Amino acid sequence: MSLRIVVTVKYVPDATGDRHFADDLTVDRDDVDGLLSELDEYAVEQALQIAEDADDAEITVLTVGPEDAKDALRKALSMGADKAIHVEDDDLHGTDAMGTSLVLARAIEKAGFDLVISGMASTDGTMGVVPALLAERLGVPQVTLLSEVSVEDGTVTGRRDGDAASETLQASLPAVVSVTDQSGEARYPSFKGIMAAKKKPVESWDLSDLDLEAEEVGLEGAYTVVDSAAERPARTAGTIVKDEGEGGKQLAEFLAGQKFI
Amino acid sequence: MAEVLVYVDHVDGAVRKPTLELLTLARRVGEPVAVALGDGAADTAATLAEYGAVKVLTHEAAEYDDYLVVPKVDALHAAVEAVSPAAVLVPSSGEGKEIAARLALRIGSGIITDAVDLEAGDEGPVATQSVFAASFSTKSRVSKGTPVITVKPNSAAVEAAPAAGAVEAFAVTFSENATGTKVTARAPRESTGRPELTEAAIVVSGGRGVNGAENFGLIEALADSLGAAVGASRAAVDAGWYPHTNQVGQTGKSVSPQLYIASGISGAIQHRAGMQTSKTIVAINKDAEAPIFDLVDYGVVGDLFDVVPQLTEEIKTRKG
Ligand SMILES: Cc1cc2nc3c(=O)[nH]c(=O)nc-3n(C[C@H](O)[C@H](O)[C@H](O)COP(=O)(O)OP(=O)(O)OC[C@H]3O[C@@H](n4cnc5c(N)ncnc54)[C@H](O)[C@@H]3O)c2cc1C
Ligand SMILES: Nc1ncnc2c1ncn2[C@@H]1O[C@H](COP(=O)(O)O)[C@@H](O)[C@H]1O
Repeated sequence: MSLRIVVTVKYVPDATGDRHFADDLTVDRDDVDGLLSELDEYAVEQALQIAEDADDAEITVLTVGPEDAKDALRKALSMGADKAIHVEDDDLHGTDAMGTSLVLARAIEKAGFDLVISGMASTDGTMGVVPALLAERLGVPQVTLLSEVSVEDGTVTGRRDGDAASETLQASLPAVVSVTDQSGEARYPSFKGIMAAKKKPVESWDLSDLDLEAEEVGLEGAYTVVDSAAERPARTAGTIVKDEGEGGKQLAEFLAGQKFI
Repeated sequence: MAEVLVYVDHVDGAVRKPTLELLTLARRVGEPVAVALGDGAADTAATLAEYGAVKVLTHEAAEYDDYLVVPKVDALHAAVEAVSPAAVLVPSSGEGKEIAARLALRIGSGIITDAVDLEAGDEGPVATQSVFAASFSTKSRVSKGTPVITVKPNSAAVEAAPAAGAVEAFAVTFSENATGTKVTARAPRESTGRPELTEAAIVVSGGRGVNGAENFGLIEALADSLGAAVGASRAAVDAGWYPHTNQVGQTGKSVSPQLYIASGISGAIQHRAGMQTSKTIVAINKDAEAPIFDLVDYGVVGDLFDVVPQLTEEIKTRKG
């Protein structure tokens, strides 16, 4: 039987752009270019490797996001995923992690899955909680924050490098996995992959397809509120010297003046 | 006064510093009740009492070590039901955030992650977060259920505030999913003898400019002259010159020391995300245009192979 892999990918504002907040204190997605979160490229890569090692596997990439989020799906398809699902609905604006995980879980159940692979965190929200929430909602094991992962005979094995220890983890499928940026560099889409992606199916679902009500998601359904957002004041310009043989000593003088020595 | 649950991060009974910071923050919102799980749970009580825990709820079971995350969620869930707290605070580690999120979902509450400050508000605790690579600071609150908040290391001063710290064992029933993910092996990290990166008052970091694992000795020597922790950029980690546990930045550690010294690091946004809230920032880079210089209090444009050894020598001389 085919191994059904669902990879969750997020479309995020480019971190090297000038990111800011919209008037309703949600992340402004209009003024900054978006892209497939780099940390989710690692998830797509591991899915591709697991699929290559399996006899028969199918990779579906899934995103919850605005119209432009299709770009993220295209990128993942051009890397080699087989098909895509885009959950899009005006009522999703302002959805928090709780709501996002609800929508993703419903979509994953509807799509059918043996293995869910997520990134370690989104590069905009950086919460790193959606994979654990998916495992809780789907009632399956979480095998998360892996720097190494493999699947064999219905068992997923991985290495999790924590602060205090490095752990080897094991769980039976179905399961939710998340991988870190230590898991191995993501491939670039080939020209052939980019061409092929254009013909791959992208399904669009809205809330009603997932039997969800508008109140369960969006700003209204959110479990948290942002009351204010302030730009951090720019750091005051410091002293910059060119090393002409005494740079290390000058620096020591500065540190002594600041009482670090 | 309402009780606030504080999840205790400890290794065999030795409480890690971020938990003590959580006790300081918890006292602003209510009375801290600590929850300590696993081997040595009861041994945490003396320390926790010294820093303000009125009660220490403990539970020991092999499941906490043998299976990932869910047994801890089950326990915290049981503690929430026993105590009905005003808020739950958890240290912001990878695991801490996962425990907190699953707990929040179970109890129908919202979650805020990576708070850097916490104060009492009219409508419950208000958390300060540092977002978009620390270029914005936001204030948020949980609007539904019991607020579950994870707090980053170094978010508050550790303050002694002796309290009773009465140890109380509590009952935990593990859920069906508790044994879903087995920990089949565990290799503890070896200690380097240097301060913990996220706790250190001074961090000395090296990047691609260090140009080789063998040259990291220069960075370590500077760090040792200052009693500092050693950090690295992802470029240096990816090259295999320094362990990933020392990476500073978006996918590494966030640090906020009194002094941060960057050598041979350009200052990419993802690196800044992990260090730009440091009090004093110093950089050594041979490229005067490197973006790291936008952040510095003092910068030296020069070759780190000249500047760093001279700096280390001068520090040693001055320290005598
Ligand atoms: C999703 C994502 C997450 C990331 N997470 C992180 C993260 O957590 N941490 C992180 O650091 N990066 C992270 N990065 C990578 C980041 O974008 C940069 O690539 C990285 O920080 C560059 O490291 P560097 O400054 O050491 O190298 P470079 O950018 O190559 O800079 C090296 C610097 O050294 C200087 N130099 C060279 N030789 C010398 C010399 N002899 N003396 C003095 N100066 C010298 C050069 O002038 C240059 O400025 C992430 C990227 C992505 C996409
Ligand atoms: N809107 C979304 N659509 C699809 N996947 C998402 C979305 N938000 C988060 N994820 C997944 O969850 C991971 C962790 O995200 P977060 O908890 O938001 O940091 C990401 O790397 C994605 O794999």
